Amino acid sequence: ISTLVLAEHEGGAIKPQSVSAVKAASSLSDENSISLLLAGSGPALHEAAANAASCDPSVSQVLVADSEKFSHPLAEPWARLIHLVQQKGGYSHVITASGSFGKNILPRAAALLDVSPITDVIEISDSHLFVRPIYAGNALCTVRYTGAGPCLLSIRSTSFPVSPILADSKSNEAPISQVDLSTFGEDSVCKSRYVKHTSQDTDRPDLGNARVVVTGGRALKSAENFKMIEKLAEKLGAAVGATRAAVDAGYVPNELQVGQTGKIVAPELYLAFGVSGAIQHLAGMRDSKYIVAVNKDADAPIFQVADYGLVGDIFEVIPELLEKLPEKK
Amino acid sequence: MKIMVALKRVVDYAVKIRSGVETQNVKMSMNPFCEIALEEALRIKESGMASEVVAVSMGLKQCVDTLRTGLAMGADRGIHVETDGPLYPLSVAKLLRALVEVEKPGLLILGKQAIDDDCNQTGQMVAGLLNWPQGTFASKVVLDKEKQVVTVDREVDGGLETLCLDLPAVITTDLRLNQPRYATLPNIMKAKSKVIKKYTLQDLNVELKSDIEQVQVTEPPKRKAGVLVSSVDELIDKLKNEVHVI
Repeated sequence: ISTLVLAEHEGGAIKPQSVSAVKAASSLSDENSISLLLAGSGPALHEAAANAASCDPSVSQVLVADSEKFSHPLAEPWARLIHLVQQKGGYSHVITASGSFGKNILPRAAALLDVSPITDVIEISDSHLFVRPIYAGNALCTVRYTGAGPCLLSIRSTSFPVSPILADSKSNEAPISQVDLSTFGEDSVCKSRYVKHTSQDTDRPDLGNARVVVTGGRALKSAENFKMIEKLAEKLGAAVGATRAAVDAGYVPNELQVGQTGKIVAPELYLAFGVSGAIQHLAGMRDSKYIVAVNKDADAPIFQVADYGLVGDIFEVIPELLEKLPEKK
Repeated sequence: MKIMVALKRVVDYAVKIRSGVETQNVKMSMNPFCEIALEEALRIKESGMASEVVAVSMGLKQCVDTLRTGLAMGADRGIHVETDGPLYPLSVAKLLRALVEVEKPGLLILGKQAIDDDCNQTGQMVAGLLNWPQGTFASKVVLDKEKQVVTVDREVDGGLETLCLDLPAVITTDLRLNQPRYATLPNIMKAKSKVIKKYTLQDLNVELKSDIEQVQVTEPPKRKAGVLVSSVDELIDKLKNEVHVI
């Protein structure tokens, strides 16, 4: 088997989640030739390609598609590129990390190749057998790919951790070659235009990637009281989350909602205040490493998933925590 | 301009999922992201930028209930493609393409994913099949009827990305796009007389491709039972000295 890994790069380096995709590729089979595909334009692309060539000893070649068309991560040209490279190289598998980049592009490429892609793989049992979460992680589904065409996967990078011994693998440098784009069609490419990218302007970390998340539920009673949660988050260097009930009650905007229909988070530490633990909320945070719950109601379902529970009044506990917690920068 | 919206019938978001995923005798509802898609289509129509909203659903005959809900929210008419086997996103995308060829909408709006299989694929796939531009994970949609373009803010890792797409286009909705309305009683009554057209796979000349097979569904590993602490001091001590997270 041979695998094409669609990689993302930034500032002249391959992104860590793409190295996770390489890890996933190397777990498909012992005999697997792995090609890394990078696209973009300018010197940063070639710097990233050099970096990618030595990112993991299992990489056998790096393919570079250098064109203005790939300056921005637009699905239309990128899906076309995967189609082109797969057709030329006859890869049995195509893998990418399932961030917003991969999720946008891979299914479109799959449609062009007339195959069913498999999203969010967390375990590779063999080259055609995969495990992925469904129902927001409330169940795990084992899927077999039986198609004749290439098998397209997006993988959850947290399930394929990268060992930090990257620096001294320089001895193993894969050859870099250019993708021939002379047959790359033009028609679909100009139908979408990149306008801009806006980064979050808050000082707080992004809810989806934060190491610590502090969440408030309806028990906060008002938007005014919810500020206590924000203060606590500030003190811990944490992101702020909220339950659907707190969002529906208007305490916070719905971008903060953690749950099945909101953000799905898996921080190292998740602190839930006045959160009862509705099923759809638990679905959004159950993969957190450590869960702390504070609630007045000792029977609240949140305590069944919490590593540390404290039965008490949040209006007493939060101020006490604010006073006693060590200061974070 | 016509807008087509895809609606999926799923297990209600508030139902506890059990191993094996029981879908008999549980509450079924419209997928929450599809509600947002329909709401957006209705708002565009109400602003005078679209003439008609067509709701489409595929699967068992009970999908008609989901379509009725959509009609009660305000969709003008429904289309039901009746199938009985499992439908994977590639097939859904092919069926949608076939319906787009019949209906010729200027916009196709879908939820970014369904809360049952969490695939997050169909919108991208149908856009690829149609060779239309795509704006996935939308949190803001601004239509310019004169220039025949739509500007979409997309929720991407670490921020927002803005794209400008030529119409016709595919949009998939994220959570922040809008708050869907509830159907009012008069509208629920009115929806009963709205038309739902039926299609079969043969009518649309689409063959289902089965290149993936669900082998088993299992429960995820359980979290081990935690401990109750009696004071804030004890809690801080545990977090600091037992698990070293603060």
